[in-house]
Amino acid sequence: MREVAASFANPVMLYSIGKDSSVMLHLAMKAFYPSKPPFPLMHVDTTWKFREMIAFRDATAARLGLKLIVHVNEDGVRRGINPFDSGSVLHTQVMKTDALKQALDSHGFDAAFGGARRDEEKSRAKERIFSFRTATHAWDPKNQRPELWRVYNTRVNKGESIRVFPLSNWTELDIWQYIMSENIPIVPLYFARQRPMVERDGALIMVDDERMRLNPGEKPKQMMVRFRTLGCYPLTGAIESGADTLEAIVAEMLTARTSERQGRLIDSDEKASMEKKKKEGYF
Amino acid sequence: MGAPADLKAYLAAQEKKTLLRFLTCGSVDDGKSTLIGRLLYDSKLLFEDHLAALEKDSKQHGTTGGDIDFALLVDGLEAEREQGITIDVAYRFFATDRRKFIVADTPGHEQYTRNMATGASNSELAVILVDARKGVLTQTRRHAYIVSLLGIHNVVLAVNKIDLTEFRQEVFDAIVADFSAFAKDLGFHSLVSIPISARFGDNVIAKSANMPWYDGPPLLQHLETVDVDTAVADKPFRMPVQWVNRPNLDFRGYSGTIVGGRIRVGEEIVIPKSGRTSRVARIVTMDGDLDAAQAGQAVTIVLSDEVDVSRGNVLSAVKDRAEVSDQFAAHLLWMAEEEMLPGRQYLLKLGTNLVPAQVTTLKHKVDVNNLHQHAAKTLHLNEIGYVNLSLSQRIAFDAYGENRDMGGFILIDRFTNATIGAGMVDFRLRRATNVHWQALDVNKEARAALKHQAPAVLWFTGLSGSGKSTIANLVERSLHARGRHTYILDGDNVRHGLNRDLGFTDADRVENIRRVAETAKLFVDAGLIVLVSFISPFRSERRMARELMGEREFIEVFVDTPLEVCMQRDPKGLYEKAKTGAIKNFTGIDSPYEPPERAEIVLKTVGSDPTSEAERVLSFLREQGYVA
Repeated sequence: MREVAASFANPVMLYSIGKDSSVMLHLAMKAFYPSKPPFPLMHVDTTWKFREMIAFRDATAARLGLKLIVHVNEDGVRRGINPFDSGSVLHTQVMKTDALKQALDSHGFDAAFGGARRDEEKSRAKERIFSFRTATHAWDPKNQRPELWRVYNTRVNKGESIRVFPLSNWTELDIWQYIMSENIPIVPLYFARQRPMVERDGALIMVDDERMRLNPGEKPKQMMVRFRTLGCYPLTGAIESGADTLEAIVAEMLTARTSERQGRLIDSDEKASMEKKKKEGYF
Repeated sequence: MGAPADLKAYLAAQEKKTLLRFLTCGSVDDGKSTLIGRLLYDSKLLFEDHLAALEKDSKQHGTTGGDIDFALLVDGLEAEREQGITIDVAYRFFATDRRKFIVADTPGHEQYTRNMATGASNSELAVILVDARKGVLTQTRRHAYIVSLLGIHNVVLAVNKIDLTEFRQEVFDAIVADFSAFAKDLGFHSLVSIPISARFGDNVIAKSANMPWYDGPPLLQHLETVDVDTAVADKPFRMPVQWVNRPNLDFRGYSGTIVGGRIRVGEEIVIPKSGRTSRVARIVTMDGDLDAAQAGQAVTIVLSDEVDVSRGNVLSAVKDRAEVSDQFAAHLLWMAEEEMLPGRQYLLKLGTNLVPAQVTTLKHKVDVNNLHQHAAKTLHLNEIGYVNLSLSQRIAFDAYGENRDMGGFILIDRFTNATIGAGMVDFRLRRATNVHWQALDVNKEARAALKHQAPAVLWFTGLSGSGKSTIANLVERSLHARGRHTYILDGDNVRHGLNRDLGFTDADRVENIRRVAETAKLFVDAGLIVLVSFISPFRSERRMARELMGEREFIEVFVDTPLEVCMQRDPKGLYEKAKTGAIKNFTGIDSPYEPPERAEIVLKTVGSDPTSEAERVLSFLREQGYVA
């Protein structure tokens, strides 16, 4: 992180409000202490995030005294893009991928931190820690810069940028253990609680606000659930769980038989879908 | 929900686990991906949804006839699925009760050697796979050599697909003998050979019943127990400064990751580049100050004196201090399609230093098949050479064998910014040893202040006969008359003394400019305004001169007189001789002149007179505040 701060004119930290982002932000606070991290946080808001995420985001920025940029793809809002009518593919493309490009372009950021980990998904296993993007934000997996030792090539031409993944080598278990040992605040959605849920296509979806469209016959019912990853609430599946403390979450994880992204509806839309999205500029 | 007491014990055990980073390498189809898939599968680290996808994929793409194809688990990218080869490094994570592992799965295809070096650079152990049916191949030797070059001392030779040779011991023994003969000069501390079948799991996790003749450990057991402790904490203290931490005027700390040794509050350190010493006043972290810190920790160090430290400096132990030089010998692995050219300027990044550098000599290249050395003029993609490098400024470093973080570097193309080479500083260099930089109390600023001027170089470039020397002479006369301290370095005059041994070939021209630039730098350090009047035809050398000087200290003056006019003037009769062939390599005739792209001052002499042009230079100096 200090390499980036020292080598780039205009870095930014992409803050997704999830547990990985919380860890990444905590690391940044440590890396620059007693200074504050010399870059702002940016959240690409699809307008469909859980309400608790937004509250947590604003409270975190205020507590740490950091500048927070919130970017919404207004064009997408005008076009009425939403996860119900547009489908998850288009929604993610417009409100996340395109929005991110817009935000990076309009602020002229030349380096962006992200919380992605190599253990999450196959194509992410091959990401570099410093991942080079062309001026159109595309990622070319056959033309990545080799990364030797801890020597990172931070040179970019004008218009090009670099995505930086400080958590590349962390596993999900590492994240939880670190949250526990460092006492890092996380969004309460990770803890099990009674929440209004509907079951749809085998996933448990939370009815977070009145925009949630219910199918005929669907009726929200209170269930004890928690989330392993967070995204847009209509696209994020919960798991039934009684784990309401960090200890309980770690204990549950140790016996888990499914991966955390399983709850993400976007991954299973198409085969190799993550790789496709990344070539288009998804984080 | 687990019982909290068990969980605490479990977490405590987790934290005590050591981490082993290793890489797997071998030829195409030796079964690397299958082996890693097998390790993940058998160590129960696959989630159900991953497994379900794998079973589905195995039926569709698999090469194992309906059985689970473990390779599909690791070969992530679409393109390589179709081609059936791994095209980049993939990192995988797994853990056993004893250790955590990060595996770099590196490519077997010849053209992707650079990725293997990448994987090796961060690994402590290498598993080299050989197909039992094929034995030791060129690829195997290449990979063993790269592994050794990148300083990996622990190697496992995994003889895979032993099931396809009916588990015969003599096949295994022959391969081991073959490999050992090649590897004896590679400096491996431990070399363990294991016969395995990744597909069926023989000797991977558990001992195989098919090979009673093998009495060593299965692969995983060896990986769990092998001692790879490289003990960087016992090496001399080193911390490259990444970032100067100044939240307010009362705090100035230096942030970085310690890459060697340990440090305590109160201990003396030195900045090898300046020779300044100080003591550690505080070791600051967000969790409170520390009394001591060691290799691997990221800290912010506060020193007890106000010494000048910036990014790129290294805080070093005083006794075993880092070496400082602008030249060293190194092994270089070339990673670009475009060939390596001695003399071309690249950017070199070592630790937190980023400096222009060039390969001055390619001493030899190494044939990786037999380790023979051959003379060569250039390096192509995936070739390895032994070179001398010259940097535009001095940096602190150690031999790669002493400290990977202080001796490993990359070369970057100045135009595409691609990483095109990886190098390892060799410790056989003698010149830099024991010549430490002497710290001096009277510095450039002090000398300049005494003279009431800002020292700088006016670098006049242009064709022979363009009017450089005439104008430079007028400028110096005028400055001198006003009490300024100046010195003029003239191309012809310097060639009578300092550079009398140099001719006019491209190589000699480069050296000619290098010496003049160094001399000019000394004069600038003495506080003088230096006028350099040299044809200096090549952009890259002028840039080298510019980069030697400090900010604002280099003023390029392009005396832009067309060739025809110069030929007409021909004050020394040189063009006449050049045209008849009496002089070779004459700039403008049979040697190129590359005009500056962004000179600070451009002078057009046609239709003007030298005095007005000199006046333009003088007013630039006044306007920019070099002289009052």
